[in-house]
Amino acid sequence: MSAAATKSPKVTEGTSAAIHSNGKSGAPIAIAVENIVKRYGTFEAVKGVNFEVDEGEIFGLLGPNGAGKSTLIRMMTTLIPVTSGRAIVGGHDVSKDSDDVRRMIGVIPQALTSDPDLTVGENLSIYAKLYSVPRAQREKNIAEVLEAVDLTKWRDAQTKTLSGGMRRRLEIARGLVHNPRIFFLDEPTTGLDPVSRIAVWEMLNNLKKTRNLTMLLTTHYMEEADRLCDRIAIVDHGNLVALGTPVELKQSVPGSNVVEVQFNREDPEWKARLEALPDVTEVQSQSAGVYRVLTSNGSRTTTQLVEMAASLGEQLTALSVQNTSLDDVFVHYTGRQLRDEQVKSVFMMPPRPGAQP
Amino acid sequence: MNRMSAIIEREMRKFFRSPTLMIMSLMMPILQLIILGNAFGGKIVGTHVAVVDHDHGPEAVKVREAFDAIAVNIKTFTTVEYQNDVQASEDVRTGKIDAAVIIPAQYSRRVYAQDAPKLGFVVDNSDLFMSSSLEAEMQSLVDAMNAPQTQSRLATSIALEVVELYPYVNYLKFLLPLTVALAMYISVMIGGGMLYIDDKARGVHEGYLVTPITKFELVFGMNIAGSVKAVLAGISLTVIGSLMAGLGVIFHPEAMAELFCLIVAGSIAFNGMMFLLMVRVNDPLVPRAMFGVLNTLLLYPSGGMYPIAAFPRWLRAISVIDPFTYCVHGFKAVLLKDGGFVAIQYDLLFLFAFGIGALLIATPLFKRTL
Repeated sequence: MSAAATKSPKVTEGTSAAIHSNGKSGAPIAIAVENIVKRYGTFEAVKGVNFEVDEGEIFGLLGPNGAGKSTLIRMMTTLIPVTSGRAIVGGHDVSKDSDDVRRMIGVIPQALTSDPDLTVGENLSIYAKLYSVPRAQREKNIAEVLEAVDLTKWRDAQTKTLSGGMRRRLEIARGLVHNPRIFFLDEPTTGLDPVSRIAVWEMLNNLKKTRNLTMLLTTHYMEEADRLCDRIAIVDHGNLVALGTPVELKQSVPGSNVVEVQFNREDPEWKARLEALPDVTEVQSQSAGVYRVLTSNGSRTTTQLVEMAASLGEQLTALSVQNTSLDDVFVHYTGRQLRDEQVKSVFMMPPRPGAQP
Repeated sequence: MNRMSAIIEREMRKFFRSPTLMIMSLMMPILQLIILGNAFGGKIVGTHVAVVDHDHGPEAVKVREAFDAIAVNIKTFTTVEYQNDVQASEDVRTGKIDAAVIIPAQYSRRVYAQDAPKLGFVVDNSDLFMSSSLEAEMQSLVDAMNAPQTQSRLATSIALEVVELYPYVNYLKFLLPLTVALAMYISVMIGGGMLYIDDKARGVHEGYLVTPITKFELVFGMNIAGSVKAVLAGISLTVIGSLMAGLGVIFHPEAMAELFCLIVAGSIAFNGMMFLLMVRVNDPLVPRAMFGVLNTLLLYPSGGMYPIAAFPRWLRAISVIDPFTYCVHGFKAVLLKDGGFVAIQYDLLFLFAFGIGALLIATPLFKRTL
């Protein structure tokens, strides 16, 4: 992973401009976002975000609903104009050289937008034409991308007959049909079952290796970000609040282990007692009397916890020790408050009855 | 051009994959042609007219014989005997009968005495078409009875010699020009309006916008595809409608070429208008809600159903800028009058100018971003 990543992944609000070059040292920069702002009237959806993505890197954008992830990705893919700041994609400014940017990127939007009435091959052929892929190259590219997403035998099938996972793979193939250098994926596995999701992860990893693609993806799934991304940026309220490798982000959270414990009797005093234990950095009370204890020394806290329960004559009904996950990182940086999305009021067409999600 | 043709290819493949669109865009105009063409083209028959005879004299008998002749010949009405004119009037009011003729007492004597004899006619004028038909029938009957018994050897009154330029045009034929225009309009409304906004809402346009396609290529690709669909609908309806109405004009190459020009010009005009109306719309409910409003606003002032000369000034102003007006006029000129290119040149000019003008206004309004 990137050795030159920021030492502290935490980025304080308003100081995001201070993030210096990140990623693999010496690697060319594929995407550079400088002080980028998106304003809708008085509402600021993105507030001066900075980051860089190295060539060949998989970069994840995490954040709660309405944090500004999709707005960021839409600015980088030329779909919405930038209010101020700069986004350089593949060496081209998205505001000034939009067409040059479009030629070198592939985009997988959140919704499944391949035409259900056309066949898999027709969908790819039309997009290849939209990217002006020469006729001789077109057939070769289509065959290659179908092979890469394992849809070769479905080439003549109508898209509406495909499952959700297959349609998502078709979207990925569509984004690759013109051999882009940089690939943007907006929540690529949303709505997929776990098996399909893992298949997509494997596919993206293979594509990165075989095509030397730079990928920028947004996701809600921490596991996805953990398994796929070389580096992750956490966005909240339009600000970049943390940036680093998954390992760095986990280390940045106080407490490197999580002990989950449940007592046989609920007592409001438990939280205070657990917080008083040495090495414990945070205690989160969960449902059904379960406490989630973040500690810098998992084994010692476990022993102390068992001893404390014994001394009080109480029994433990459940106990587990885990390493800090990206979920903890996410909650640490974005908080536990539910967010109400503030988005532009745009009517979204409900899916057609009987159509695959 | 390659990118523009990709948009057209996608639209046309979709169009032929879902024949519902094609069927529905033809079904409504054909149904309208069949239902309205037959409903409006007929004559009134089988109505019931009450006869209240207070006279019972020889002239009253003549009147009743004339009624019987109508009942067995053109069958506009049959008579029902009433004794009481108050009851007859009441029954006309309540709809039991359609009209009542009252032959007053002393009617025969007044005829012989040439003392301004009158027949009473009670009619339900809430239905203008029915009442005017019955009145016309009754007036012709009275005129016949007023005619002198012996004709003068020399004609003394002025006669109007009517020369009809064209063979008899029944209502089915009369409606055909409007129906062809309607088929093209519905095709544009569904294919260019509803599907365009649905695609936008489903994110299909988002897929286009991340490609290097230019605004011009995107706008013209979608509009050419929309116009081609409307042309196909127009050609289909012209052929089907002409065969249904019994018009042989479609078998004349020159007329076919003129019709084709009109269909292309009309399709471009309707498509340009629709694109201009929809260019900034995102909500799929809007084109559906607009369908009925636009239909009324454009169809009826076109002169396809009722003459423009009978409209008030403000309605005439709408018909002047309504592309339907020029489509209907052009199709009438070719289908019903065989007027040649001269008769349609201004229609073609307006339709092309309207369509291209609308597109020129709409293109800058089209947003290349979300």
